[in-house]
Amino acid sequence: MDNHNNIHSLEAKFEAKIDSEIKIEPKDWMPESYRKTLIRQISQHAHSEVVGMLPEGNWILRAPSLRRKVALLAKVQDEAGHGLYLYSAAETLGISREELYQQLLTGKAKYSSIFNYPTLSWADIGAIGWLVDGAAIMNQVMLTRTSYGPYARAMVRICKEESFHQRQGYEILISLSRGNAEQKKMLQDAMDRWWWPALMMFGPHDSASTHSEQSIKWKIKRKSNDELRQDFIDATVLQANYLGVNIPDPKLKWNEERGHYDFGDIDWEEFWNVVNGNGPCNKQRIKDRKKAYEGGEWVREAAMAHAEKRAKRKEEKVA
Amino acid sequence: MKQSLINYIFQLADNKLILGQRLSEWCGHAPELEIDIALTNIALDLIGQSRNLYSYAAELEGKGRTEDDMAYLRDCEAYRNVLLAEQPNEDFAYTIARQFFFDVYNHLFHKELVNSKDEQLAAIAEKSLKEINYHIRFSSEWVIRLGDGTEVSHAKMQTAVDDLWDYIGEMTTMNETDRLMLAEGVGVDLNKIRTAYFHKVKEILAEATLNIPEEEPFQKGGKDGLHSEHLGHLLTELQWMQRAYPGAQW
Ligand SMILES: [Fe+2]
Ligand SMILES: [Fe+2]
Repeated sequence: MDNHNNIHSLEAKFEAKIDSEIKIEPKDWMPESYRKTLIRQISQHAHSEVVGMLPEGNWILRAPSLRRKVALLAKVQDEAGHGLYLYSAAETLGISREELYQQLLTGKAKYSSIFNYPTLSWADIGAIGWLVDGAAIMNQVMLTRTSYGPYARAMVRICKEESFHQRQGYEILISLSRGNAEQKKMLQDAMDRWWWPALMMFGPHDSASTHSEQSIKWKIKRKSNDELRQDFIDATVLQANYLGVNIPDPKLKWNEERGHYDFGDIDWEEFWNVVNGNGPCNKQRIKDRKKAYEGGEWVREAAMAHAEKRAKRKEEKVA
Repeated sequence: MKQSLINYIFQLADNKLILGQRLSEWCGHAPELEIDIALTNIALDLIGQSRNLYSYAAELEGKGRTEDDMAYLRDCEAYRNVLLAEQPNEDFAYTIARQFFFDVYNHLFHKELVNSKDEQLAAIAEKSLKEINYHIRFSSEWVIRLGDGTEVSHAKMQTAVDDLWDYIGEMTTMNETDRLMLAEGVGVDLNKIRTAYFHKVKEILAEATLNIPEEEPFQKGGKDGLHSEHLGHLLTELQWMQRAYPGAQW
């Protein structure tokens, strides 16, 4: 069998697996572009978890009650855990956490743009839980069925925690909605600032999305950006009504015929601006991540040096 | 008696809340994800323990106040934590040294507190002890790792130990509240744990190849409400929302 045929048959086998919903596992043959796409997507996802710790971490010290403080600490800690699972899932594709992390710090790898917006009030913590974790869940529930095994399994664990985060966020907002005038104002202000960026989380329109089509073919993604965005809006409007907040979109309207809400145009100029580094907090977020990474270098080195010393002493004892 | 018991509970609870708040500053900023998660775990444990204690103090007081009133609406001089707990993070070595010095005390203290005549305190101590066992393992291991790691980590760890040494005597020094509670069979005899405390501290520092400072630790006052400049800033941040929006429910 010549090389060409060989690859051909491997590809056929790979595609047959995808077609019959058999998960691709780390040791299976896979097309190089499938591997690359996954590394890009999983690491982007991992980076989003750890960069996402920053805007929410911004309110841990100021949380308005001990109960809220503990819940927020635990939430941000969960996100660190998600980062760990996802880096591990990416590592099964033959790349190290260290290398992935460097890509984040140098700006080569992206993370979710939503985290380039600032958390200005306590209500933002509620809004992030409800809208940002909520939007993430739409995507992540779909990814529990993604074709790559380790990614799908990581998602199952993560999804459980994310729905808890969403409820917790919504519950913060319910308290505000029942609070005094200042609290209600805080709530509406957060809604005004987070609504559109949350919709942008699903990415560009299907027609403008470069990676989408192939990803759907490979069953990495199972729904398009626009489908997911519509699902999210349909699910969220009722919750907003219950809170008594106004969704800042005059074009938002139930469409009986489509069975969906119609909504206004997303400001794609803002979207691309933030993606390309000009959001309110892009520089700050990377600076913070760099500071933690560089500031922690001596700690990681010490841990390694100590482990080596230990191993050596053990060896000497045995000898 | 009741007021002394409440003060005694504040001494315990404030240590935990203040240290928990300090550790929370690391959340999202630690040297690596695993450490981030571990530090946050300890913060969660400590703040959780403080909540049980504040609720108990509020119940004893019987004025309808809550755990949050205790944490958010007392000013510096009403806070009863030891000075060590409020010292700033500075760097990871300081954080570890502070944690280690505190954990050794906290561990010995709770091993005694489980025998308290006050059943509720004994029960809280019992529950806390399981968590504290983990804390002391974590902080001791890191003292050893950093002390016996690289030249850089050794130097940083030594500086942290030297700087914080001055604050470690207060934890095992009896004040009036401690004496009253000991007489009632509620509190812990700090003189009894003092020797064990310094023994354990020196043992771990030696294993970490660190110098053991010779001077007698001198600083105290926190347990009687006389604090360092740091506490006011810490409380400013911690209490801000409750102060800015009085009476609001969150
Ligand atoms: Fe997450
Ligand atoms: Fe989350």
